[in-house]
Amino acid sequence: MTDITKDAMMPPRSFLSQDAIQVFYRLLAALLICAVLAVLSDSFLSLGNILNVLRQASLTFFIASGLTLVVLTAGLDLSVGANVALSACIAGTVIHKTGSPALGILTGLACGGLVGLLNGIMVTALRIPSFIATYGMLWVLNGLTYWYMAGETLHGFPAGFRQIGSGYLFGLPIPVYLLLVFLGIGTFFAQRTIWGQEIYAIGANPVAARLSGIPVARRLLLVYAVSGTMAGLASIIFLSRLNSAEADIGESLTLPAIAAVLIGGTSLFGGVGTVFGTFIGALILTLVLNGMNLLSVSANWQPLVTGIIVILAVWLDMKTRRRTQ
Amino acid sequence: MSDALPIEVTSPTPLLELRGISKEFPGVKALDDVSFAVYPGEVHMLLGENGAGKSSLMKVLCGAYRADAGEFYYNGAKVTISSTADAQKLGIAVIFQEFSLVPYLDIAQNIFLGREPKGRIPGTIDRRRILADARRVLDTIGFDIDPSTTVDKLGVAQQQMVEIAKAISQNARILVMDEPTAALSDRETELLFALIARLKADGVSIVYISHRMAEVFALGDRITVLRDGRRIDGVRPADVTPDQLVRMMVGRNVDMTYPRHFADKPGEVLLEVKGLSASTGISDINIEVRRGEIVGLCGLVGSGRSEVARAIFGADPVTSGEIIFDGKAISGEPDLAARRGIALIPESRKSEGLALLRSVSDNLVVSALKKLFPSGLFDQRSAQRTADGLIRQLRIATPNARQTVGLLSGGNQQKVVIGKWLAAGSKLFIFDEPTRGIDIGAKSEIFALIDRLVAEGAAALMISSEQIEICHVCDRAYVMREGRIAGHLTRNELTEENIVRLGMHHA
Repeated sequence: MTDITKDAMMPPRSFLSQDAIQVFYRLLAALLICAVLAVLSDSFLSLGNILNVLRQASLTFFIASGLTLVVLTAGLDLSVGANVALSACIAGTVIHKTGSPALGILTGLACGGLVGLLNGIMVTALRIPSFIATYGMLWVLNGLTYWYMAGETLHGFPAGFRQIGSGYLFGLPIPVYLLLVFLGIGTFFAQRTIWGQEIYAIGANPVAARLSGIPVARRLLLVYAVSGTMAGLASIIFLSRLNSAEADIGESLTLPAIAAVLIGGTSLFGGVGTVFGTFIGALILTLVLNGMNLLSVSANWQPLVTGIIVILAVWLDMKTRRRTQ
Repeated sequence: MSDALPIEVTSPTPLLELRGISKEFPGVKALDDVSFAVYPGEVHMLLGENGAGKSSLMKVLCGAYRADAGEFYYNGAKVTISSTADAQKLGIAVIFQEFSLVPYLDIAQNIFLGREPKGRIPGTIDRRRILADARRVLDTIGFDIDPSTTVDKLGVAQQQMVEIAKAISQNARILVMDEPTAALSDRETELLFALIARLKADGVSIVYISHRMAEVFALGDRITVLRDGRRIDGVRPADVTPDQLVRMMVGRNVDMTYPRHFADKPGEVLLEVKGLSASTGISDINIEVRRGEIVGLCGLVGSGRSEVARAIFGADPVTSGEIIFDGKAISGEPDLAARRGIALIPESRKSEGLALLRSVSDNLVVSALKKLFPSGLFDQRSAQRTADGLIRQLRIATPNARQTVGLLSGGNQQKVVIGKWLAAGSKLFIFDEPTRGIDIGAKSEIFALIDRLVAEGAAALMISSEQIEICHVCDRAYVMREGRIAGHLTRNELTEENIVRLGMHHA
C-alpha cells in the first residue's frame, strides 16, 4: 500500500485525473476481494451468488447514489432510511387502495422527493447545517411513519409490481438493470452536465462558488431533492422485493448507504468523489458481507468489519490525496 | 549587486547563524544552501518574490520545518533546531501574518496561554497575577490597553501587538515578522515602527519579511535577498537603490512604473450606484463607473471598501439605494450580477476566489459554464481547450490545465481568478486588493491586463491599500471614510497626499 501513497505524492501526472486514480484503486480492491473469496469458498463464483451480490449492492446503491451528490456538496442526508420507510408505507397504501402500481410508484417517488426538498429548504433558506436538519428530519419521518402505520403491516401486492424487485429479465434480476441505468444517469449527471460541475464547485468551496456566480441555494435544493427521490425509488424496490411494508424497514439502511459513499472515495468535506466510486463502495461492502456469510462467520462481526473498512478507505484517501494548502 | 563588498560585521559573533541550509519538497528545492546571520539588535530585512524561499526559511528558523542539510550556531556555539520547542528555547519567536490568538480569551490569557500562573486551588489560574504580569509585558512594548479585554474585540494592529507581547514574555531575542504591515493603516504602521526601534534598543534582533520597498529602506540595517530558494546577496540599504534590489529579486529588469494608456474620453456609464446602504455598515454610497475607466476605491482598511464591492455584486444584502448596471437596475444574489456581466475578484483569493483542490481548468470555466455549454451538457475536453487558451493569454505558469490550482503561486492564482471572469465575458471588473501578496513581476502583468481590458470597452473598480498603485493606474478615485464616500479625486487631483487627507479620521 505504500506504493500508492508514494505515487500520489508525486508531481501531477497528466493522463489520469485524481478521481480516475481513486476509482481504479477501488476496482482493484473489489477484484482482490473477489479473488480471495473465490479461493476460500467454492460457492462464491456461482452465478446465483454473483447475481445475489449485485442485487444486494443495487439496493444500497440506489440510496447511496443520491446521497453521493449531497456529500459532494459537503452536506449529509441522514434521513434517507426513514424516508425509504415512509415512502414505502405511503406507496404501499396507495397501491392497496387504488390497485394501481403505477400510481403507487409515482406517489412513492413524489413522497421521497418532497422530503428531500424539505431538507433542502432547511439547509438553504433556514441555514441549518445539513447534518442537523436531516437528523431532525429522520425523527420526524420515523414519527410520521409509526403514527401512520400504527403497528400494522402492509403486505400482498400485485404480481406485476413484485417483478420490479424480484423478477428476472434475460437471466438477470431487474434491480441489476435499474442499477446500471441509474449508475449511468448519476455518472452522466455528475460528470457531463454543468449542474454536476457546479455541485463539485460548491463542495470544493461554497463561498468561492457563490462569488463565482453559481446559484448555490438552487443547486443545493436540487441535490437534496434528488437524494430524497432516490430514497423514494429505493422504497419502491424494497416494497416490491419484500412484498410488505412496515414502519421500521428504514432503520438499517442509512448507515450502510453512508458507508458505501465513504468507501467509494467521496470526501465528507465535499468536492471530491464520483457516483461510480459509490457503486464500487456498495459492491465492496456487499462482497465482504457476502463473503462472511459464505465462510460462516457470525453475522455479529459484520458491523465491526464494515467500520474497519470505512476507516481504512478514508484513511488511505487522506494519505494519497495531494496536500494543496 | 554581486560585486557588493562583504558586509562588515558590527558585532564579532552573530546571535544566530545558519550555514548551508537546504530544504527539499517533492519536486521543489525550497531552500538551496542558504546561509544567513542575525546580529544582536539589528533589523534584518528578508526580501524575495513569492516562492523565493522566505517562508521556508522562516519555518526552518522557528523549527516548523526540519532542514535537510545545514548547521545552526547560536552565539557561536553549534545548536540544533529540529522542533518549535528548540527554537523557543533559543528565544526565536515568529509573528505570522495569520495570528494564532484565541479570540474568546482575554489579552492576558493569550499572552500566557499554556504558561498561566497557577492559583491556590489546583486547576485554577491566579487571576490577579496574570493580569499584573500581562500589564508589565504590555508596558515594556508601550501598548496601553486593559489586559482583560477579549481578543475578538481588538483590531488587526492591536492583535499584532498582543502577539509581540506574547513573544516578548517568552524572552524572545529574535523576532521574525512576516509582512507585519500588510494589514495596517499608516498610523498603525508608524506605531509598529516605533516599537521595533524600542525592541532594537533592548537588543532584540528582528528578521523582517517585506514586499514594501519604503519599509526596507526605512527600517533595515541589513538586507538579504532570496531568489528561487537561493541567497542572492546580502547588502546594506545605504549601498543599494530600490531598482537594484528589484533586479536582484527578479533576476531581470522590471519596469516599476505601471503600464496604463489613459483614454481621452471615457465611454458611456456602465455602473451607477445611488444612495446605496447595506447592513454591513456602508451608507449613502454614490459611485459612477464608465466604460474604459479604472476607478479607484480607497480609504483605510475597515472604511467599507470591500463592503461596497460586495454589495454591488449582491454578496451582501442591500438595505436601501439603487444599483444600475448597463442601463438596468440590478438587485439579487451574485449569480444574477455575474450573469449580467459583473465580476468580483475578492481580496482573499484562496478562501473566496478559488476552489483550491480543483484543477486550473475547473476554476477557469466555473463562471462561464452556461456560456460555454448552452445546452447544459459539459464537455471536459472543450473546457480544457478554453482553459488552455486563457492560460496562454494570461501567461499563467502551470504545467497544464489539470494542475491543482492550490499548487500555483499567488500571482498565478490571481490570474486564474481574473481568467474565470474573462471566460464569462464580464464587462465590469471589481478588484479588491488585486496585488496583495503578489510579487512585483506578476503585479505589473496584472495591471497591464486590467489596462487592456478597459481599453477594449470593459470597466474596472479597483480597491487598493497601495495608494501609489491607485495614483498610477486609476482615471479617478473615490475615497471612503467610516462607511461613506468622503470625497472624489479626478486624475489631476489623484495624489497619495490627497487620498490620505480624505481618508483620515478628523481629529
